[in-house]
Amino acid sequence: MAAPTKTAVKPGRTLIILGLILASLLAWAFWPGLSHTPRLGLDLRGGTQVILSPVSTNGVPVTDDQLKQSVEIIRQRVDGFGVAESEVTTQGSGENATIIVSIPGTTNKAILDSLSTTAKLDFRPVLQEDYGSPQPIPTASPSASGSASPAPSASSTVSVAPKSTATASATASSNGAAVTGGLRPAADTPSPTPSPSASAVTTNVASSAGVSSNNGLPPIQSATNDAALKLAFKNLDCSKTGATKGGAADPAKFLVTCSTDGQLKYLLEPAAVQGTEISNAQAGIAQGGAGWEVNLTFTSAGAQQFADTTSKLSKQQPPQNQFAITLDGLVQSAPRVNEPILGGSAVITGQFSADQAKALANVLKYGSLPVTLVPSSVEQISPTLGQDQLSAGILAGLLGLLLVVIYLVIYYRALGLVAVASLLVAAAITYSLFVILGRQLGFTLSLAGVAGAIVAIGITADSFIVYFERIRDEIREGRSLRAAGDAGWIRARKTILAADFVSLLAAIVLYFMSVGSVRGFAFTLGLTTLVDIFVAFLFTRPLVSLLMRTDWFTSGKPWTGLSPDRLGVKSEVVPVGRQSVVAASAAKES
Amino acid sequence: MSLGSLAHRLYSGEVSYDFVGKRRRWYAISGIFLVLALVGLFGRGLNLGIEFKGGSEFTIPSSTATVQQARDSAKAAGIADPIVTEVGQNKIRIQSPALTPTESEKVTAQLSKDLGVSQGDIGVTLIGPTWGAEITKHALQGLAVFLVLVVIFLSLYFEWRLAVAALVALVHDLLITIGIYALTGFEVTPATVIGILTILGFSLYDTVVVFDKVRENTKGITSGNRMTYSEAANLALNQTLVRSINTSVVALLPVAAILIIGVGLLGAGTLKDLALALFVGTAAGTYSSIFIATPVACQLQERRPEMKALAARVEARRNAGEKAKAAAKKSVDGSADGGELAAVGSDASLAALTSTSAVSTGPRQQPKKNTTRSQRKKQ
Repeated sequence: MAAPTKTAVKPGRTLIILGLILASLLAWAFWPGLSHTPRLGLDLRGGTQVILSPVSTNGVPVTDDQLKQSVEIIRQRVDGFGVAESEVTTQGSGENATIIVSIPGTTNKAILDSLSTTAKLDFRPVLQEDYGSPQPIPTASPSASGSASPAPSASSTVSVAPKSTATASATASSNGAAVTGGLRPAADTPSPTPSPSASAVTTNVASSAGVSSNNGLPPIQSATNDAALKLAFKNLDCSKTGATKGGAADPAKFLVTCSTDGQLKYLLEPAAVQGTEISNAQAGIAQGGAGWEVNLTFTSAGAQQFADTTSKLSKQQPPQNQFAITLDGLVQSAPRVNEPILGGSAVITGQFSADQAKALANVLKYGSLPVTLVPSSVEQISPTLGQDQLSAGILAGLLGLLLVVIYLVIYYRALGLVAVASLLVAAAITYSLFVILGRQLGFTLSLAGVAGAIVAIGITADSFIVYFERIRDEIREGRSLRAAGDAGWIRARKTILAADFVSLLAAIVLYFMSVGSVRGFAFTLGLTTLVDIFVAFLFTRPLVSLLMRTDWFTSGKPWTGLSPDRLGVKSEVVPVGRQSVVAASAAKES
Repeated sequence: MSLGSLAHRLYSGEVSYDFVGKRRRWYAISGIFLVLALVGLFGRGLNLGIEFKGGSEFTIPSSTATVQQARDSAKAAGIADPIVTEVGQNKIRIQSPALTPTESEKVTAQLSKDLGVSQGDIGVTLIGPTWGAEITKHALQGLAVFLVLVVIFLSLYFEWRLAVAALVALVHDLLITIGIYALTGFEVTPATVIGILTILGFSLYDTVVVFDKVRENTKGITSGNRMTYSEAANLALNQTLVRSINTSVVALLPVAAILIIGVGLLGAGTLKDLALALFVGTAAGTYSSIFIATPVACQLQERRPEMKALAARVEARRNAGEKAKAAAKKSVDGSADGGELAAVGSDASLAALTSTSAVSTGPRQQPKKNTTRSQRKKQ
């Protein structure tokens, strides 16, 4: 029991350290020009939350890769709608996984509908290709090499492929989408692309009888390649909001659509090979070791279809020698075909990075998912209801805090004030963390999270009570005030840590095992438990230690909350003559 | 008498409530509650919210619309048998079997037209029929993992007997909370599940605080003969009684605040469901850590051979004390009394050894706390 003197050495220094930590947290949270409030969940500001569960349609369990691909498709669709701060997140893995889509603001039914349609992967011969949006100033003029024009790259810059380059001239976008590459075996020709059409200015989309689309946005389809469809292609502006959200496309119809990043637009034939005919796709290092490529294998039926189509396409002029890989009605990649590919396996080459090649391989492999996403839960909360819930949460928090403060001050007097100060420090730290985590890691505070924080008031205060009661115990043992403060801490510390550990354990298990709103609650509970330990060790303990040294506390006045008199310790020695009957009866019965 | 001085008298053992010794009484009380809970659970069953059954729910904020208007409107929109209730201030809730997004769009349009509420203000929740099973599965898995981890932790931190006792108390709290939900017919929503899972942490917090003191009081107890395990544990309970009450009150105050605001302002929803489960569970948790956890722990401990031996020694010492007194009295009276002492058997020598000190402390069976503690610390 030599520890007490050791731990009580420099309470002042500990408080200064805490002060610095608190000050920097507050400065970080309230840095000018940044948001000073936590990111609120949809239930507090209104919006729609959809929880999707993957369901296998062919009886084979859903794999993580399939899930990842599904999430990519969903993300593409949601992002395509252009609603700020929409989020797509996953929890769990395989069959147990859930995909959570959060869309703030008032509900958009089109988004909801788009979530439950199943994505399809098709190979479609290209009829026309163009820049996705009107090019005010063509950034690249046709190169000296005759008919070939620069390849509009998937990234925002237009790169000119040198004619001498041995590999395909396409450049890939950074996210692996809309990759134009070459299907090997390939002779080295420059990437065929039409010259930019500066005339495509009008945004009105033709809506003749045969053309179907959703508000003039891709995928635009028609049974025949008629004038209306061509007009739709001409007028299509892939930079428009919603143009790259994708959607179900009928493989039997012609298709006008954009690349996933909106840089290019295409007029495509009906599907020549459907994605279900792909038996495997893998990213690998290209022969010769220069860059990455994607190896593709077809089923026997697919191999035949692919052989027929590549035979036809290889004879065509650019851009009609291209094969567009469309996923969910959007062009992922449009490699050109240089010669018939008969063996049922093909290689897509291009200047791929490893990630791009893997992304494309995933698209090919899992694009035709044997997985449907079933909306398990759709929750639409109006902004007014969200506001109501937020005010109710704040009000409940303040009321809860007030009640706890009153109780603590009445029961513990001056020590109660220490507890109240500790609670306020904990509240400041927690709030700062909410703001910082919201900003840095996208943590959103939901109503359940607010409830978790309110509940945490009680748990945090419990730690102080355990400590204070321990101090009182030590005083009852006859220790001096200062010694009691130290010895009480040694004992309380262990209890607080053990009890908080159990709370933390509950929070961690809840977080990892649960779905939806339970997670938000578990996170807040875990966070506040850590804050509780932090405050108890770095604030409450040193503060009590300092106070115990003051004359006022050692005077044992009633308002200290520690006067021996109030604790019932009448004098240093408890009267001996009193009978203790109860212990005797306990002994008899047990 | 102030609470402070009561606390002191509880601490010193001057005032002591016999929690451990009267365990049959507490077990009986809990037994009745548990039977009621089980009857409720299996008889009435839980009133599951649409999140578990699957279904649709529309929340219409309106101060003018009546329940009847809402019902008519919902029927006009094609819901055969809508359940319409008024919740909180100026809100109407319509529940129906599961609808597709398209159908729900039709309903909100109809409601918006008939009740004069903007379509965007109507809250909609659509839950698929399998979702509830999913949540339940996750919750049960989480519960199982947590219980296993907690038993491991408590076994390491205390010992397995205390861990088992804590677990018994925890299951007791959970069953009672769920039973109360079944009996009262309160709606069970995911928020309720959160609340019930949180009780886990709460209930154990209290138990850990009590057990910490029990462990402190029973440390090295087998080397003495003053107190049985149960008595030491009972003293610990009394000593931490005020603490248990305080921590529970302070934990319940914010929960009560959520409950008041949740019911008063919002009527129904996450806050109310959560707080209700927490309130019931925390109250049960406080009860169980005093009346269930420690008595069960004592029962388990008293079965250990060393604790049995300790109890026998304590018994012998006390008997010897009594007899020594009696003998002293009788010997003054002049009557011989050797046979009775022999009857104590193998503990006779021990009894004889301790009898002097027993006599010296006089009629008080339990020595003054201060001396016990200081003596123990020296050991």
